Amino acid sequence: MARELLKGNVAFAEAAIRAGCEAYFGYPITPQTEALEHMAVRMPELGRTFVQAESEVAAINMVYGAAAAGVRTMTSSSSPGVSLMMEGLSYMAGSEVPAVVVDVMRGGPGLGNIAPAQSDYTQMVKGGGHGDYRQIVLAPASVQELIDHTVLAFDLADRYRIVSVVLADGSLGQMMEGAELPAMRPPRAADASPAWALSGAKGRDTNLISSIHLDPDEEERFNHHLQAKYAAIEAAEIRYEEHLLDDASIAVVAFGTAARLAKTAIAGERAAGVAVGLFRPITLWPFPTDALRDLSERVEAILVVEMNMGQMLEDVQRVVAERCPVGFFGRTGGVMPMPEEIAARIRALAVELGAAVSDAPEEVRT
Amino acid sequence: MSVLAPPEPALTPVYSYPDALTHVPTHYCPGCTHGIAHRLIAEVIDEMAAKERTIGVASVGCSVFAYRYFGVDFAQAAHGRAPAMATGVKRVRPEALVFTYQGDGDLASIGAAEILHAAVRGEQITVFFVNNAIYGMTGGQMAPTTLLGQTTTSSPAGRDRATMGTVLRMSELLAQVDGAAYVVRRSLHDVVQIKRAKKAIRRAFEVQEQGLGFAMVELLSSCPTNWGMTPEAALGYIRDEMVPAFPLGDFKVPETRAEAGA
Repeated sequence: MARELLKGNVAFAEAAIRAGCEAYFGYPITPQTEALEHMAVRMPELGRTFVQAESEVAAINMVYGAAAAGVRTMTSSSSPGVSLMMEGLSYMAGSEVPAVVVDVMRGGPGLGNIAPAQSDYTQMVKGGGHGDYRQIVLAPASVQELIDHTVLAFDLADRYRIVSVVLADGSLGQMMEGAELPAMRPPRAADASPAWALSGAKGRDTNLISSIHLDPDEEERFNHHLQAKYAAIEAAEIRYEEHLLDDASIAVVAFGTAARLAKTAIAGERAAGVAVGLFRPITLWPFPTDALRDLSERVEAILVVEMNMGQMLEDVQRVVAERCPVGFFGRTGGVMPMPEEIAARIRALAVELGAAVSDAPEEVRT
Repeated sequence: MSVLAPPEPALTPVYSYPDALTHVPTHYCPGCTHGIAHRLIAEVIDEMAAKERTIGVASVGCSVFAYRYFGVDFAQAAHGRAPAMATGVKRVRPEALVFTYQGDGDLASIGAAEILHAAVRGEQITVFFVNNAIYGMTGGQMAPTTLLGQTTTSSPAGRDRATMGTVLRMSELLAQVDGAAYVVRRSLHDVVQIKRAKKAIRRAFEVQEQGLGFAMVELLSSCPTNWGMTPEAALGYIRDEMVPAFPLGDFKVPETRAEAGA
């Protein structure tokens, strides 16, 4: 496949199609609507299902139905719409059906605005719906990763019968950059649907997709089953990036767009002689706990940078457990942290730690 | 010479346990008409030889356990969302016979948007709407279908028009929607009505099979427990109080099969 200039929202929609997504259900919401519009054209073209639902509540329940019937299915939305999907996500966790949700986050709370933010971290990583459940959460930092994570999200969802979330933000959804789409994978053949799926009980016992366990002991056993599955995911599916950390005394910890902005700041500070690197969780759940713990033993200080008021910060603090100081810099409400601002925080930390640093020429900070 | 008559031909059973029902005893209260509705649907699934390609979607309320009683593939939806879930199922499994089974709290209150828009889209699903004018599972609270003046645990002085509004007639409402092909109201209060209900259930499944659009059969049903009546008195309440508020009839039917399909 050739490298193309692609808009994030279109790129992940097309990536989903090529990953074999057979049914898309969605509701218009800025800044992800281009994904819905792409699906409105492409899915019927390919003889697949596209439905514009009457609400995000309906959209996620349509996804629940299509997933229960055993096909690859997804929705995409942005923060206020995703809030409305929490009921469906809890039911899908409780009945173990696979599906993909792309959340192109925007500023909040409430109606907020349509500018990029990362303030759905807690809702998506900790589970905004009711019950003890988890979903795999992938955090892309480029249009290429938005594509790759969408494909990976489908594969992980099927492997573990779980909901996979691609947690992007408005800047990733709206930006255009060079990226490569994967080859088209054929949808699963109708007769190759999973054994648990609803397809009509022909020549087998009836199947039931349900999240009800009225007997508390049975419900507890089911929860233990879920926890065992989550432990298996934590053991096998953690993904993260380490950037310039070998000799670093300061580690910036950031995900998604915040990490990308931090990389620019880090390049400038490196040029000025600051031993700083980046630790970027790619899976927000499962969280890269062990790698971050090891890192906290090697560096002198950590700076968490987020486009929220410190939601992942709580996880970093929990893992680091005071092995080193953890600072925080966040912009929120749709405001993005500028590399200069991040660099200033890194520099202040370096000075505090007694590092000898020179002023970096401004042009190095690109 | 024997005085005995010659042996009769083998007796043919005319009434037996439907294949599409499991042998699980239901949790329904004595005198509740859910059991009748289940049986009618199961008989029709058998008659259509559709058991192996039927997918049901259960709702939340007294019918929450419907999946236990039908011997077909089933999904258990969130409260009110059965039409959305059924949309997802039917769109990716067009060859399946898909139905929802919903009560009045589920369909007319919390799921009002989902049922309305399933009809607007003309989803090829069949909806069985069991209307007993009350929330049964939670113990007898007011529903949008509760009659004016009817006492419930959340309208203890009777439903008051000024503050609680009055009955929502879903069949009449949905019949206004172009995507709805077949919308009828029947009752389960006596044998004649039950036989009419079964014919409507059959027709509602056929409308789906013929791809004519959204089909719904509303079934007036009794709730002796929460109405505080004997089963017999509850059937009388349907006939004397509910039917005047919810007239029986066909609100939307395909004019002819050819026309409706055009």
